[in-house]
Amino acid sequence: MKIALTDLPFEPGALVTAFCADRSETGAVATFVGLARAEQGAAAALELEAYPGFTDAAIAEIAAKAVARFHLQDVQVVHRIGRIAPGEAIVFVATAAGHRREAFEACDFLMDYLKSRAPFWKKEHGSDGVRWIEPTDRDRTDAQRWD
Amino acid sequence: MARVLLFGRLADQAGWRDRSVEARDLSALRAALADEDAGLGEALAAPGVQVAVDKVLVRGEAALAASAEVAFLPPMSGG
Repeated sequence: MKIALTDLPFEPGALVTAFCADRSETGAVATFVGLARAEQGAAAALELEAYPGFTDAAIAEIAAKAVARFHLQDVQVVHRIGRIAPGEAIVFVATAAGHRREAFEACDFLMDYLKSRAPFWKKEHGSDGVRWIEPTDRDRTDAQRWD
Repeated sequence: MARVLLFGRLADQAGWRDRSVEARDLSALRAALADEDAGLGEALAAPGVQVAVDKVLVRGEAALAASAEVAFLPPMSGG
């Protein structure tokens, strides 16, 4: 299991290749990449703040739950922090399992957690200034599917 | 001295995000911060603001060791 917070842009393809390497008993790898939206120019940049040591520990805890719940062989989460430009990858999740259903569902589960409950604080820099963003109702109800 | 960390809108409101405060427990720390900045004291006590001592969430009162790290966490946005 690998959990990382990074303030540098990352290349999702390279992460997928590395995650898939040397697996003889893995039948399925599911991945998700979240990108920063421009919102038709309203969002010039996103700024994500984390609490190093606390945020990554909270993500590791939920990743361990995903491993147990979906019988994963492996999981990786890479999350950007700091200032993120539209089009850049914000988050990468990869799950490895014997079969595809567990890999898909675990990836979905992890993303619902990351989008709604993970300890990040998100600020949008837009044409009309700066605002703090909180999870949407949709983010919350998506996360409740797994409770 | 406890090291106090503010996150998200709390840091914007206070105008700082990291400083040292002399306090033996959380309520003394809250009082010291409110004494200096009443608005911040109110914001730190608002519903939805969680407190972590040495990176572990605590509810209510907690004693603070000399080198404790106290973080005030406004509602989390997710990533």
